[in-house]
Amino acid sequence: MSQPIENIEEVLKAHKLSLEDYEHIKHILEGREPNLVEIGVFSAMWSEHCSYKSSKKYLSGFPTKAPWVIQGPGENAGVIDIGDGMAAVFKMESHNHPSFIEPFQGAATGVGGILRDVFTMGARPVANLNSLRFGDVNARSQIGKYQRRLVRGVVDGIGSYGNCMGVPTIGGEMSFDECYNGNILVNAFALGLAKSDEIFLGRAEGLGNPVIYVGSKTGRDGLGGAVMSSDSFTEESKSLRPTVQVGDPFTEKLLLEACLELFKTDHVVGIQDMGAAGLTSSSFEMAGRTGSGMIMNLDKVPAREEGMMPYEFMLSESQERMLICAKKGSEQAIIDIFEKWDLDAAVIGEVTDTGMMELFWHGERCAYIPVAPVSEEAPVLDRPTSRPKYLDEVAGVSVDDFEAVDNQSAFEKLIASVEVVDKSWVYNQYDSMVQINTVKAPGSLDASSIRVKENGKALAMSSDCNPRYCYIDPFKGAALAVIESGRNVAMSGAKPLAITDCLNFGNPENPEVMWQFAQACEGIKEACAELSTPVVSGNVSLYNETNGVSVFPTPSIAMVGLNDDENNILQSAFQKEGNKILLVGETRGEFGGSLYIKELYGKTVGTLADIDYTKELRLWELVIEANKQGLLCAAKDINMGGAAIALAKMAAVSNKGCKVNMGVANSRDVFAESQSRALLEVTPENAGKVAALASGLGLKIEAIGEVGGENVSINDIEITLDKLRDIYFCQFIRVIEQDL
Amino acid sequence: MKVAVLRFPGTNCEFDTQYAFEKLGYATELVWHKETTLPSDINLVVIPGGFSYGDYLRSGSIARFSPIMRAVVNFANKGGKVLGICNGFQILTEVGLLPGALKRNSNLHFISKMQRIRVENNDNAFLNRCEKDEVLQIPIAHADGNYYIDPTGLSDLEENGQILVRYCDANGKSMDVNGSIGSIAGICNKEKNVFGLMPHPERALDKILGSDDGIKMLKGFDS
Repeated sequence: MSQPIENIEEVLKAHKLSLEDYEHIKHILEGREPNLVEIGVFSAMWSEHCSYKSSKKYLSGFPTKAPWVIQGPGENAGVIDIGDGMAAVFKMESHNHPSFIEPFQGAATGVGGILRDVFTMGARPVANLNSLRFGDVNARSQIGKYQRRLVRGVVDGIGSYGNCMGVPTIGGEMSFDECYNGNILVNAFALGLAKSDEIFLGRAEGLGNPVIYVGSKTGRDGLGGAVMSSDSFTEESKSLRPTVQVGDPFTEKLLLEACLELFKTDHVVGIQDMGAAGLTSSSFEMAGRTGSGMIMNLDKVPAREEGMMPYEFMLSESQERMLICAKKGSEQAIIDIFEKWDLDAAVIGEVTDTGMMELFWHGERCAYIPVAPVSEEAPVLDRPTSRPKYLDEVAGVSVDDFEAVDNQSAFEKLIASVEVVDKSWVYNQYDSMVQINTVKAPGSLDASSIRVKENGKALAMSSDCNPRYCYIDPFKGAALAVIESGRNVAMSGAKPLAITDCLNFGNPENPEVMWQFAQACEGIKEACAELSTPVVSGNVSLYNETNGVSVFPTPSIAMVGLNDDENNILQSAFQKEGNKILLVGETRGEFGGSLYIKELYGKTVGTLADIDYTKELRLWELVIEANKQGLLCAAKDINMGGAAIALAKMAAVSNKGCKVNMGVANSRDVFAESQSRALLEVTPENAGKVAALASGLGLKIEAIGEVGGENVSINDIEITLDKLRDIYFCQFIRVIEQDL
Repeated sequence: MKVAVLRFPGTNCEFDTQYAFEKLGYATELVWHKETTLPSDINLVVIPGGFSYGDYLRSGSIARFSPIMRAVVNFANKGGKVLGICNGFQILTEVGLLPGALKRNSNLHFISKMQRIRVENNDNAFLNRCEKDEVLQIPIAHADGNYYIDPTGLSDLEENGQILVRYCDANGKSMDVNGSIGSIAGICNKEKNVFGLMPHPERALDKILGSDDGIKMLKGFDS
């Protein structure tokens, strides 16, 4: 054993452990004082990032089961059955802190990490999405300039990694608010396909089975990244740059192909990627899931540089590495596969039945820790919560408290918002078509869809969250994120099946933030239960706070749905002149957290109406069923900016005008954000049939206009297609590249 | 017809390319970059898209030294047909089978989108099923597609009918997409047995993916 630690208080502080934690560690070690390696292990495993200590209390109780769920939370990714022996494997994860410090590498390695989570399960990744939140990119100030630089860096980073991996980035979402000025959010989603009986899990078991390290060599990059991500930012955070990992997508591509080749053999017992807290979390989690012990010889770990010590091997977050538990006797066969792909592979240890993690350095034991207590006895905090004071303030303000704006001016303001306009500047930097499955590509509105060549079906997926809703009402806002992602999926004709979530919040030590978190979790639980869309995987990112300012509660939700026929994917932009436009659902004067108030008056205020899950489900049913019967030409959900903005997008994308007359109580209600509504495009012959279907389901439906013409005309709003398309397609680049 | 599809470690369009040729009814075989010979019974070698060896240096500059490329050069020099798509085009210019070079796109970004291209010459083994001046919709996805060749080289290409396709708008008018000289999207060698282009015909075989114009391009080799 190495020397005991002298300046223990300093060491604890540097590892973000309390004296109480220290006593607990000593208890786990049966009274012995830990050495530095052991302190490092506990520090990483008990970090917020790895232990979920603040959030655990609220995450239990998420609906996680359904007949189609093969694997729920707790593994590297969730898995659902998509028929014919095929399964979809998916997860979303945050890389917020690293991306703010170093946007290119932070975002790139976020993509790399989520891809590994998916292919470690035995699935070939077939689609990426991302959900990005930035600060005020419009500002002329230094802040605005920095935010624009972050946008450019993050997009470049995501593209460079995904493109090289040959995984199409098929969609995503982006929003902007001053609350993200000090903490941007970068959430990456990946989905892979596997045979449903060939799923691999992160398990180490079987006495004497070898533990094999594969992939990149270990370096000193990303040292302590998990601990860094578990703190808020201050002015000094720029010095944290060395804790951000550096990605090498080419190596990850090799790792992907080598692993997929390995999975075709019979050699693997379990496998897990080395993400946050690297070798520490992968080894402890793999042994912990089975109650096994493990011996690892750290001097056998391939190293990028000389002079590295056990502490560094255990805590490095070097990318593109995996830990494999193999069947005894298959060592050479595995090494051969990785050598074919020019990757390192080394037997570094074996599985034991002692329940202990035993780490050795050139034959000398340098750590001896019982595996189970490290995760099972990780501190679970019951942090104080308190209802934020701002809630009453924002609830007391309504749209009527502001000076009225005429509809034409309001429309021109809203349609030019960076939240609304087309993001081709972003998605054209992502290869969205490789693997030749992308049917509903980025920019096509609502969910993105890929065909599944293996079974002739199609998957639709959509990532959503309206942070303004979550700010004024975290419970309903989170529920609405689930609803909107589901609605988007339904608009492509697919049945929503399950979600993955990425819960981005501020500092959990602030009781008001903790209250937001608790409320949002309850909202997700309610929505997932009501909509029968369980949570199969997810991630929590706390401490998104800078100098005491926390981000809006931002529970990003990605929904995955299944369409039975790849040839029947419903589009969301207008298809043909002369077709009728139907509005389903009820438009009320609902403006809480709306884009209307934000863009016109600069405020995020109001309240959210009660959620009617029955109406929502019937709307999905209507679209899915009518599409099956071939009655629809297009369907588009109505959300931010209301019916007027939804119609304008359908027109801009299709380059087809429209003439619409909507019955509204107040003329501004064309911008209202009432839920459970959609726009349907149908041929004149089918309009009656669709209306009958809707009425049968108890849904309000009305014909509001027709596709065609050179103008977009919505009640008292009128704009030429040319002008609309110039704003819609060119505004984003004008904003983002204004400094270049 | 049988097609050899090369596989470098960072290639990522090899399965798409196989899928495309097989869908059209042709046999394919993947050939690993460490091989030193090509299968003996092939009619066409395709170098698909991707990032050969990571392409952290100039795209394709390492791949030109790979064992399999020596075999490809021999095959081409004996008149064998070779098609390079995207990264494959870059590799063919690096190895010297095609003239010119592919630089970073003029906007310095990766560009991925459906793009129209206009057929310039169809008197070759590749585009013989397309009409001259026909406008095709074919996806592009590249960071280094900015074709450059010196003025003498350019006039040689034009005189010899070596320009295969140019980027264009819906009306067939040439347009700048990535900075390429003369909006050139694809060329062939003087002997017209080695072809390279940045657009991905293998991605345009199904109407549900936006275009099936790639069929008549790839089928050209079967005649």
